[in-house]
Amino acid sequence: MEFFERFAVPHPSPAIYASMVAIGLVVIAIIAGLTYFKKWGYLWREWLTTVDHKRIGIMYLISALIMLFRGGVDAVMMRAQLSAPENTLLDAQHYNEIFTTHGVVMIIFMAMPFIFALMNIVVPLQIGARDVAFPRLNALSFWLFFMGAMLFNISFVVGGSPDAGWTSYFPLAGNDFSTSVGTNYYMLAIQISGIGSLMTGINMITTILRMRAPGMTLMKMPMFTWSTFIANVIIVFAFPVLTVALAMGTMDRLFGTQFFTMENGGMDMLWANLFWVWGHPEVYILILPAFGIYSEVISTFSRKNLYGYKSMVASMVVISLMSFLVWVHHFFTMGQGALTNSIFSITTMAIAVPTGVKIFNWLLTMYKGKITITTPMLYSLLFIPLFTLGGVTGVMLAMSAADYQYHNTMFLVAHFHNVIIPGVVFAMLAGLTYYWPKMFGFMLNEKIGKWTAWLLSIGFLLAFMPMYITGLDGQARRMYTYSEATGFGTLNMISFVGAIIMAVGFALIVYNVYYSTRYASRDISSDPWDARTLEWSTHNPVPEYNFAIVPEVKSSQALWDAKKEGHNLFKGKYEEIHMPNNSGAPFLMSVVFFIWGFAMIFSLWIPAIIATIGIFAFMAHRSFEQDHGHHISVKEIEETETKMRGAK
Amino acid sequence: MKGKWIFSSVLITIAAILSGCEPLLVLDPKGPQAERQAQDIMLSIGIMSFIVLAVFALLIFVLIKYRASKQSPDYEPPHMEGNIWVEAICVGIPVLIVAYLSFVSVQSNYIVEATPEKYEDQEPLVVYASSSNWKWHFSYPEEEIETVNYLYIPTNRPLEFKLYSYGPITSFWIPQLGGQKYAMSDMVTTLHLAADVPGEFVGRNANFSGQGFAENTFDVTAMSQKDFDEWVDEVKDTADPLTEEKFDELLEPGHLGRMTFTGTHLDFMPPPDHDHGSSDSEEGNEHQNHSEQDKDSDHSNH
Repeated sequence: MEFFERFAVPHPSPAIYASMVAIGLVVIAIIAGLTYFKKWGYLWREWLTTVDHKRIGIMYLISALIMLFRGGVDAVMMRAQLSAPENTLLDAQHYNEIFTTHGVVMIIFMAMPFIFALMNIVVPLQIGARDVAFPRLNALSFWLFFMGAMLFNISFVVGGSPDAGWTSYFPLAGNDFSTSVGTNYYMLAIQISGIGSLMTGINMITTILRMRAPGMTLMKMPMFTWSTFIANVIIVFAFPVLTVALAMGTMDRLFGTQFFTMENGGMDMLWANLFWVWGHPEVYILILPAFGIYSEVISTFSRKNLYGYKSMVASMVVISLMSFLVWVHHFFTMGQGALTNSIFSITTMAIAVPTGVKIFNWLLTMYKGKITITTPMLYSLLFIPLFTLGGVTGVMLAMSAADYQYHNTMFLVAHFHNVIIPGVVFAMLAGLTYYWPKMFGFMLNEKIGKWTAWLLSIGFLLAFMPMYITGLDGQARRMYTYSEATGFGTLNMISFVGAIIMAVGFALIVYNVYYSTRYASRDISSDPWDARTLEWSTHNPVPEYNFAIVPEVKSSQALWDAKKEGHNLFKGKYEEIHMPNNSGAPFLMSVVFFIWGFAMIFSLWIPAIIATIGIFAFMAHRSFEQDHGHHISVKEIEETETKMRGAK
Repeated sequence: MKGKWIFSSVLITIAAILSGCEPLLVLDPKGPQAERQAQDIMLSIGIMSFIVLAVFALLIFVLIKYRASKQSPDYEPPHMEGNIWVEAICVGIPVLIVAYLSFVSVQSNYIVEATPEKYEDQEPLVVYASSSNWKWHFSYPEEEIETVNYLYIPTNRPLEFKLYSYGPITSFWIPQLGGQKYAMSDMVTTLHLAADVPGEFVGRNANFSGQGFAENTFDVTAMSQKDFDEWVDEVKDTADPLTEEKFDELLEPGHLGRMTFTGTHLDFMPPPDHDHGSSDSEEGNEHQNHSEQDKDSDHSNH
């Protein structure tokens, strides 16, 4: 019995027991459903073993949406708890667990897979490639992310959730103050999915550098591809820091090392530094692809080329370099003195300049354009004013002396939600709506889509603007309660109402998917938005090989030029296409990683050792495996192409 | 139409932020450091409102003028590559704004990290403020007294807080007197404050430190030097001495009300000797201190 006690939740509540039952029922339902409809084979052949970038992208997308709802439920619970003074909906321990998992889930398991989803679906199509450079590695990236996310999410029913904040500062996150296995989950789940992210970084860089269609020089790449390229360069430089920091944290917690402890020369602030050396670039990893999406959308729906292409690229390069020079602004109050703070205050403010250039370029793209407001464009138009608010409060926070007053308050919370929600989340929803026909062959309903965008914006303003005020009034972040005398009650209630409106907005997205799946017309052209870039030159939905003939490119808006000048992008005749084979190895290897992580979290050394051997066995097997892929014959291509063209 | 809608709703929100019903704590300073910070905040809000309004105005202009519904169906937007002068302005104006704000920011850094200028001629009151889960201990080494969860301070005199922690990182914050600073277990940080007027202020730990974090607050009372001296004398007459045993008891996790002692824990449990932030010249000693500390803790740990 003693052995099983470690898996018990240390601080249970009826809500957690209810979740356990719900999770159990859902798992049973899924297994029963798959068996009843005889879909196991389909699932295995078409999804679990796929190496197709489009399918991997869709799996990222589904995971991101599920995680969005997990993190969203956390958010609503937090806002509900704070909606009134001395509220007793949640106790301190639950509140701490909820804001910790909210942060981790939203950044690592929602925003990251969401951008990976769009990168995977769009980039190979946008550069005229047939897949990414390393398709099987791509599958491994996804499954590692997925297993990391699942591992993190079982924490609240097995062993207890992490409760030291998403930043997990030591010594609070050390064994002395976090005695449950919660922080082990944090260290290992993020580690596993982080390895996946690093692999994606390498994969995307190689894809973009090596696999562009003939004629597409670097300065003729569409802006989303550029932003993906820069973001992945940042990933490759930033994620190893996280890997090392998490490994050190894991060793502190499991093997008694003293990197971040209070004794034996351990340095708690070393964790904070390492965390933010990764953490700040991470912000730009998320926002740059978002900027890429906005660039595509704004240009398409202004019916005009992107203004200042070169300065857009230059600003992203500058941002990528500077993103590594600002991390100290996350702890100006650490006591490093006026000189250090001054340096980082200046670098932080300076990074606002290239970001501002982009805002002006988007406005100038619309200038003299012909603007049609579709759902993706509406998100972009709402993004500009809302993100500007978040950006300028960022400059305010960068003034280090004043930051002594903003730090750790709701003002800061308002700021980063103000950049992440209109910046990243709106971009992902714009991208989701924009690329939906590319993925599924029908459009999402415009009316519901616009309602969603407005609800999210209004909800956002109501939820987060009051936080700027309560922050300046002294409401610290991460407090599970406050007294009536503080006077925070009314504004927090407004926040709660805003959170509810946002929740309705997110629910509408699901309804829109359901509604459009049922009623939307399947009879759409390959280019329903009258867009400008290569991904819209192939069929909807995209055939396995993407392009029957590799296109020839002359500008950054190849399709638009082809449409205007009437020339043919696809010259030559069909040839046999070489495609990679499916493989179950990435999925199975990630399952072993999951077992490894779980065993490590609970200090089950024998399973951990066996799983470690298993991981190396998979790598060894891959090293000696002969897999030359398969060829799609000309006849098969002709058949598919005729069928696809007929479908139009 | 919709652009205007966004604009007006945002404007209302900004107006709400700026006016507020009652003065917000941070914008209602009672000491020179908080005043400087409030000035910086108001200055940056002013300049930033200008940028926000400029962006909103441009957005509304293009949305009204260049909507497809307002143009003839055969209008074809021109191809525009970018113009060096337009882009120079888009870079130049933000650079100027940022340069000006950087100048102010650097100046403020040196001001808040030093003894408040207007009280420079006076001897500062040194208070060692240490946190343990989830309390604050205030040691007055010169007065030889110690309090828990409340702080009495004289007005019109510089205050030098020496911060450290017996546990997770905490952040010492009295919004109306000045911004916060971290208290950590392996070093001492210094925070310079002062109070201009007598009064009661709220103080708290602003950095998340676990289960009892929300209630990790303390009361601050500022009074004239004379009243402060009287209070010190009274404490010396009436309070119990702080013993090592008693202090160990106080360090146990939990919440305590206000407590008062004579003597300080500094005598038997000195603060960590790794000093940060009081002045840059001490950097040279750091390595030496560190290795000594390592040796000490090696012994005490086994």
